[in-house]
This record gives sequence, structure tokens and C-alpha cells, in this order.
Amino acid sequence: MTADIAAILAIDGIATGAVYALVAIGTVLIFTVTRVIFIPFGDIAAFTALTLAALDARQIPGTVGLVVVLACMACSMEVTSLARAGELRAVPKAVLGYLVLPLIVVGIVWLTMRFTPPMPVRIVLALLLIMPISPLLDRIVFRPIADASVLLLLTVSVALHFALVGLGLLFFGPEGVRTEPLTSMAIEIAGVHVSGQTVLILTAALVFSGLLFLFFDFTLIGKALRATALNRTGARLMGIRPARAGTIAYLLGSLMAGVSGILIAPVNTIFYDSGFLLGLKAFVGAIVGGMTSYPGAALGAFGVGLLESFASFQSSTLKDVIVFSLLVPVLLWRSLASQHSEEEVEE
Amino acid sequence: MRKMLSLTALIGGLVAASTAQADITIGFVTSLSGPGSSIGIPYGRGIQAALEYKNEVNGEKIKLIQLDDGSDPSAATRNARKLIEEEKVDLLIGTATAPSTIAMMAVATELKVPMIAVSPVIGQPNPADQWGISVPQPASLLVKVVADRMKRDAMKNIGYIGFSDAWGDLVYNGAKAVETVDGIKVLTNERYARVDTSVTGQILKVLAVRPDAVLIGGSGTQGALPLLALSERGFKGKTYGTVALVNPDFVRVGGKAAEGIQVSAGPVIVAEQLPDNHFAKKLALEFRAAFQKANNVPTTDGFSAYSFDGWMIFTSAAARALKTAKPGTVEFRKALRDEILSTKELSGVHAVYNFKPGAYHGVDERALVIVRLVNGAWTYQP
Repeated sequence: MTADIAAILAIDGIATGAVYALVAIGTVLIFTVTRVIFIPFGDIAAFTALTLAALDARQIPGTVGLVVVLACMACSMEVTSLARAGELRAVPKAVLGYLVLPLIVVGIVWLTMRFTPPMPVRIVLALLLIMPISPLLDRIVFRPIADASVLLLLTVSVALHFALVGLGLLFFGPEGVRTEPLTSMAIEIAGVHVSGQTVLILTAALVFSGLLFLFFDFTLIGKALRATALNRTGARLMGIRPARAGTIAYLLGSLMAGVSGILIAPVNTIFYDSGFLLGLKAFVGAIVGGMTSYPGAALGAFGVGLLESFASFQSSTLKDVIVFSLLVPVLLWRSLASQHSEEEVEE
Repeated sequence: MRKMLSLTALIGGLVAASTAQADITIGFVTSLSGPGSSIGIPYGRGIQAALEYKNEVNGEKIKLIQLDDGSDPSAATRNARKLIEEEKVDLLIGTATAPSTIAMMAVATELKVPMIAVSPVIGQPNPADQWGISVPQPASLLVKVVADRMKRDAMKNIGYIGFSDAWGDLVYNGAKAVETVDGIKVLTNERYARVDTSVTGQILKVLAVRPDAVLIGGSGTQGALPLLALSERGFKGKTYGTVALVNPDFVRVGGKAAEGIQVSAGPVIVAEQLPDNHFAKKLALEFRAAFQKANNVPTTDGFSAYSFDGWMIFTSAAARALKTAKPGTVEFRKALRDEILSTKELSGVHAVYNFKPGAYHGVDERALVIVRLVNGAWTYQP
């Protein structure tokens, strides 16, 4: 391997790693706030790419139907539980949040698609359509079992992933999509060709991580999320509602996954079931960060990307074996080095 | 009274069901979901077109039962058993992925029901106990025709990149097999997974051997990934592939990078460009019309045509088998198998079929033409 090749592989690995990093940070965010290891996160990224491709093809994407159905289900569940608790005064607000807002998004997409909107508008529309899905799934699937053990939440999350993959096939069909490149620019750094898309991916990863850092340190909602992540019961005693914190975490996480989906769509063919491997590799990154640290997760994700890139050059057949084998030493080190907290006993 | 009525309805239903048994029953399995669905769905549409084209043999109606195997070999096995034991089918047709097809073939052999495989089946059957045949051109033939073209184009050093699965192996082994005879050399064996986000590492390795041409062992949309990476790295040589790439989404995704690739494909792909005396022209145009009528969409792939050819083989064999036995009996199944295995010079839309015991495949080089992607359309290259 010459220095040239190493440089090309490194750039490729960093670009891939940046995509994983966005998803990994989202995974950590949702896990710390809600204790759910949200496996369908990669699917959310893949769905964004597929939605954008459908919008590009001037079709109404299948996500529209998904949002409408989920909104109706979540709204009826919320209203029923409010009625049972006798809090009828909260009903209009619930209807507004769970039904009207998602439907407004769907309405905007439906109206805008009558004219042919330019690329940036389509990207915003795709993100808008994707954002409500995770919070609605949270309300329907995870809220009723919010106090269950992490293991049960994980199991449900895996089941949810399979359900989403099935729905993805129904909505988007079996063929893969690839969207128009966001930029065709290319620059040369020390004799190595770097495509504009790579720069864009890297910038997006850095910008979003930075924004997240600012959000957690300088806003009240961010601080509330951190408090919930640290101790749910304590946060509740301080007047923070874990349910709302969860919704915000899901919204933010979806944004991260959506952005990574949009960035990856022009460089790779995305299928309805592509999300799983994407989510899994991001998950390896998140594990390296111990599922709690954002910088750790981002570094882990970049590591996975680089490892994958070099492994595919050394032995393309064993590439995934190498990437996933990385989990074993990391898990060993993590379980030996960290103190075990008996989290189930504590509450 | 109501109970009485429903009982009568039940008995009526049973009688209707048992009279339906007199028809020829076909069990068809395909992958409508799962990773194989991108080719499983065309297979399903092809069989609907075939049923539209010909739905009876010598006055006997044909009843088609279609099941989905979810691209899972164990589901394909269950489906095959269910079709044979509960639905008493006379013949099995299936399925989209090679592992599932092999699993179904094992059930067909065990329960002694003839089977027409619409995916490639590898291996040597036992001539005394062979119950199935396979319609598609075997990968070795697909690659051989491409290799002949490479030789004609004076290509010597070939780089190979393909899927890290059975299909990638088939194409690679096919290329390796013709290496010694044709004077071409396959210098790399790089692989990538269907869900990979980047093949930069593999392409760098391929380019390191300075190949004259690159052979792609991928399929469908994701087959375009190496081509895009090659054009990104400024590769100017020729590219070759197999029929697995013939797919509208491949053309869309590949765009400029895929231009000029030459693949070996069944003649049905370029039916209207074929010379008038070509064996496949007339039937292929009829197949297209039937496909349009049955599915309300035009054909764009070669997979649906395998189902159609399978149906042609079955109907011609059934016409002969009906002379000796009645449908739904053990004798009919055996007669059907014998007739399928003695198919002679039967023209389909992909090939001219000749079957005999001891081999799954029954096609020759007439079954393939070379097509080149020019301005986003496949053009016939005589």
C-alpha cells in the first residue's frame, strides 16, 4: 500500500465514518434520555433517502401514509389514556400535538408537490416528513412500557425494526434508489482528489455535533434532557416530564438520522432494508463510546468507518467480519473497566 | 336452519374443490418480500403473463397457486411441502433466489413431483432420480459468452469485482473456467456486500493491476456501485457484466458511469431489435403483449421471461403427458417429468431448450446475445 492509496482510503473512511457518527450520536441521545436502544434508527435514515428519491421522482412518498396512520394511532392512544385519567382539559393539546401537527406536515408536502419545488425545498420536505415518525412510534410503542427493563425495551425495538422494514418494502418497493448529488465540486488536497460530497458529509457531521453540544450546554430544554438522562426519577421530582424529554430526544435524533440519510443517498444505493447495517455499524461506534458519551460515539463511528475502508482494501471478503469483531475486545474492555451500577434496583 | 345452510355451503364448497382437482394444478413459489424481492416480483409478473398467454392444455384448465417465500429457504421448503401435500400440485415452479430453489428441488425430489426451477441450480442431478430442470442460462455460459466478446475486443487482463455471495462466486468461477482456453487473464477477485456504502478500497485494488477491462459480478441497482467508483477514479477501459445487471434502476442509478457496458443477456431483452429470422422474436413480442395485458405495465427485465419460458416447457410437456395419464395422479406426475426431461428444440423467448436426464440446464449459446448500454438503452450487438 502506497501513501497515495492510504490517503484515498482514509478520506473514504472518514466520509463513511461521518455518516455513522451522525446516526451513532442520535442513538446515544435516545438511549440516554429514554433507555431505549433504538434499533430502527438506521431505517429512519434509509427512509429519508427513499422519501427524498420519491420526491425527486415527483411522486408522493409512502412515508406520507405512514405518518398519517401513526398520527391517528398515537392520537387515539393519547386521548384514551387522558380520558381514563380524567384529564379531559389536556385533550385538545394532545390532538394538536399528535394529530394536527403531523397532518399539517403531510398537507404541506401534498400541496408543495403540485408545483415542482427545487432541490433544497425537497430536502426540507423529506426531513419534515421523517421527523414525526420516531416520536409517534415512541408514543405508540415505547411510552406504555417506559418503565420496563432495558432488555425488554431492546427486544421491542428489534421487533419494531422488522415491522418497519416490512412497511418499507410496501411503501418504497424492492429496488434501490440514488438521489442527485448535492454538489459536483471536487477539490484537491495534497494531490489527493476529495469530492465535494465528502466535504459536505464531514461538515454536516461537525456542525450537527457542535449544535448538539451548544444545545445541551446552553438551553433549558437541553439541560432538562441531560437531567433526565442522568436520573429519571430525580428529574421528575424537579418538574421535568420524562415523556416530553423523550419526545424531544426522538425529534432531535430523527433529524440527525434524516440528515445522514440525505447525505448518504447520492453516494450509495439505498434499499428499503439498507438501514439495518447502517444502524448496526453506528451502534458499534456508539458501543465504543460506552453508549453514554457523544464524543466517544463520534470517535467510535469514525474508527468504524476507517477500519471498514482499510479492511475492504486488505480483504474485501472479510471486511464485515473485521468490523464486527472489533466489538469483542471493546466489550471486554468496557465490562472490565467500568463500574456496574444496578440501575434496575435504584428506582 | 342456519347451521343446515352453512353445512350445505360447506359441502358445496368441498364438491367444487374436488371437481377443481381434475384440472392441472401448478404450485408457484416466488419471493415477493425480503432481499430477493427485486427479482421475485418480476418472476411473479412473468407467471401471470404466461397464464394470460396460455391457460389450458388440450382442453384441461390450468390452476395456478402462488405463494411467497420471503427470500427464505426454509419458507420455500415449507411452501413446497404445503403445495404438494395439501394442494396436490402436479408441478412446482420456483423461485427467485438460488438457495431457496435448491431447497425446493430437494423437496420435489423427495416427494416425487416434477419441478421447473426459474433460478440457476448448480450441481449434477442423479439421472435415475431427477425431478427438476432449470430454465435460466447457467452462469458459466453467461460468462463464457462475455469472455468470447472480451477476446474479440482484444482484452487480455481482466479485473473482477462482484458480490460477496453465491452470485459473485458463480461469475468469478465462470470467468476462471474460460481463462485457460481464451487467453484472457482474470487478475483480481474483489468482493462487496449488497448493502455496502463504498467500494473505493476494492476498486483501488482492481486498478492497481492495470486491467484492460473490468468484469462486474453484481446484480440490479447495486451492480452500478463499482462502475460509479471506477468512473470516479478515471478508469477508461471497457466494462463487462452479465444479464443480472439488466434492470431499469441499474441504468438510472449508473447513469453516465454505466454507459458502454456490455452484458450477455437473453434475446428477449432486445426483442424488437432482433433480425426477423431470430427464433425468439415472434414469441418475445407476444410475451410482451401478454405481460402488458396481465400486469398493466411494460416488461423491463429478463427475469419475468424465465417464468414464461418455464411455462412454455411445462405446457408442451403436459400436452404430451396428458395422452398417458390424468392430472392429479402419481402417473401424471411421472409422465410429466419424463416429458419435461425429453424436451426437444423448444423455442422460448430466452433460448432453444433441449433437456435430458443428468443435467439441469438445457440451453446452448443461441440463448445469449451481447447487448451494450447506449444512451440509457440496451442495444443489440451482433
